[in-house]
Amino acid sequence: MGWDEAAVDERAQAFLAEHDPAKMERLDFLRARFDAGLAWVHFPEGLGGLGAARGLQAVVERRFRGTPDNNPGLITIGLGMAAPTILAFGTDEQRQRFLRPLWTGEEVWCQLFSEPGAGSDLATLATRAVREGDEWVVDGQKVWTSGAHHSRWAILVARTDPDVPKHRGLSYFVCDMEAPGVEVRPLRQITGEAEFNEVFLTGVRLPDSLRLGEVGDGWRVAQTTLMNERVAIGGTPTRRTMIGLLSETWRERPELRTHALHQRLLKLWVDAEVMRLTATRLREQLAAGHPGPEGSGMKLAFARLNQELTGLEVELLREDGLAYDDWAFRRSDSVDFLGRGSGYRYLRAKGNSIEGGTSEILRNIIAERVLGLPSEPRVDKDVAWKDLPR
Amino acid sequence: MSQEAQSPMTLLYTEVEEELRAAVRGLLSGRSSPSEVLAHVESAASDGAVPYDLEVWKALGRDIGAAGLLIPEDLGGAGATAREAAVVLEELGRAVAPVPYLSSAVLATRALLGAEDEAARDLLGRLASGEVTAALAVSFAASPYTPPLSAVTLGADGALTGRVTGVIGAEVADVLIVPVAVEGSGSALYAVDASEARIKTVASLDLTRPIATVSFSGAQGRPVGSAAGVGDALLLAAGLLASEQLGVAEWCLTTTVAYVKERKQFARPVGSFQAIKHRLADLWLEIVGARAAARNAAALLGAGEDAHVAVAVAQAHCGVAAVHAAEECVQLHGGIGMTWEHPAHLYLKRAKADEIALGTPGDHREALALMADLPGPVN
Repeated sequence: MGWDEAAVDERAQAFLAEHDPAKMERLDFLRARFDAGLAWVHFPEGLGGLGAARGLQAVVERRFRGTPDNNPGLITIGLGMAAPTILAFGTDEQRQRFLRPLWTGEEVWCQLFSEPGAGSDLATLATRAVREGDEWVVDGQKVWTSGAHHSRWAILVARTDPDVPKHRGLSYFVCDMEAPGVEVRPLRQITGEAEFNEVFLTGVRLPDSLRLGEVGDGWRVAQTTLMNERVAIGGTPTRRTMIGLLSETWRERPELRTHALHQRLLKLWVDAEVMRLTATRLREQLAAGHPGPEGSGMKLAFARLNQELTGLEVELLREDGLAYDDWAFRRSDSVDFLGRGSGYRYLRAKGNSIEGGTSEILRNIIAERVLGLPSEPRVDKDVAWKDLPR
Repeated sequence: MSQEAQSPMTLLYTEVEEELRAAVRGLLSGRSSPSEVLAHVESAASDGAVPYDLEVWKALGRDIGAAGLLIPEDLGGAGATAREAAVVLEELGRAVAPVPYLSSAVLATRALLGAEDEAARDLLGRLASGEVTAALAVSFAASPYTPPLSAVTLGADGALTGRVTGVIGAEVADVLIVPVAVEGSGSALYAVDASEARIKTVASLDLTRPIATVSFSGAQGRPVGSAAGVGDALLLAAGLLASEQLGVAEWCLTTTVAYVKERKQFARPVGSFQAIKHRLADLWLEIVGARAAARNAAALLGAGEDAHVAVAVAQAHCGVAAVHAAEECVQLHGGIGMTWEHPAHLYLKRAKADEIALGTPGDHREALALMADLPGPVN
């Protein structure tokens, strides 16, 4: 059936009438919500959705405000990257097995893509997966893996054929993070804490049933994941914003104001407002069923704005800007960006133009896919991966 | 599945707006391509004439009804809103079309809509039909935040005297709409036949929209009502100028992208170098923002909501974006971009003049300091 706003709203209300979160276990409530198709309405029926338009999710979220959530801060990689990939490339069996506990938060996911030698040039990655009967044996090292230490599963790209050019010899797997040979080590970052890890894979045996997509088709599968990552990083509307926080400080501390900072603040206020309007317009396009290329620009715009705002904040604070709230080396499961000090914000924002595709790579993508400009000459295009200079 | 209803506040283009765009673009592509505009500007200059293309202006008014978009239906107009006028301006900007649309159909029209006398209503009807072209005798450099005091005064004999600089569209106006300082009662709006004024075109930075000095010495005019609409006219025009700037920027980006795909140096298209690609990606992003900001200003102006913040944001962003786009266009065309023969300079000149017009980006940011409660230093 076709779902419109009223029908979705009615279903959400009917569900809440029958399921009182105050009288249920949190997990039972979330599982029931998934089974009612109210987890992510654009997913198919039977997989937590209704097959409705993506924009109608907002209707559901309005109704479910205040009910137990699935701890979205902890499962962003599962929600934003693993789930759309499993939906697009998984077998029926894989979809049934993974999507429900992923959405309820029972099983946390992480991403094993980047390696010490493969960042922007992800397709050159060296982690090997060798087939042995019904299993794959995986050896290699991954890096920048957020949440690896409490993940049950990972999405993994590994090289299954070194004898063909780099893009063609990759395959995509679900990695069992509890399998023998998986070792997770925290990686301290410039903020002092460890949001992410190094993951060493040594003789890790994965059954072939954990492969997503065809052997050798891993690059195409990974594209789905990465496009969703950029949407997730760039497009999240948050109620409290960096420009809001900075504006509050500006109003409350008149003694800190200077003419030079005032000019910069006003310019950034305009930039923030323009970005908000751009995001609003983009959401309207999505809701109308016409996703535009503007999506690829949002992460780029966000990174630049956030970096400029956090830099201005430290400078505005003068002596307070010389202090740092906490250098302790600890694991942090989700980023409390606005809850930390200005120094933390300044340093953490530096990651915005690196994580999930650097701003340089995003500019290439815009130039080539949106503006249609030719790519740089590729010297590695037709060379077998094993013969590439390294 | 129900389609998303198109609310008057949407930042997208409605079907009606897209049809209007197609009509304007069709008219301009047939008669006002950038090279034709350049030829027109040149021949006008050698004849000592003004660069306006009155054929295109008439067609815009007569065939498309663009002149009367902002005029209510009971006065003979189309009863449309700022949203539709914004789409017309996008297309006029894209073509740097030398037509007095902004001066007559936006500035003068909006000032008259606030005047309210029967004489103003009569004049609006004639503007709507395209029979008459008007110009508002206020400097194009005026900002909506500090509207200039009128330099024209009413004598005891009922005649007008004074001089207004920086006026656009006066050379092709049949009638001038003049804010007049009236002793005792502040100001009033007068309609003055162009033949009563001395209009002297100034050699202007913008070749396709020159400025003129308009002088009155004992000119006969007709009072048409209150001058209260002049401030609103400046605000509306500032908000809609953002759409013209968007059109200018889009032409510059599209033209530059096409050029760097074709132009080869070091045996490859120059557009394959990252140094060029990254600049154009950044410019594209700036223009994506300009579209959202310009649409937002047009939507709020069109809905009759408080549009002050939206206009200031749109102007602060779009003014800079259009200049950036035109400067990149000249630079990335290399030597060709410096030639008179290539139309890029028409866009650079328009963009730079537009940046000053109706408040500079700095004026609009300063206004936001007040509106967004971000006051400057205490001392």
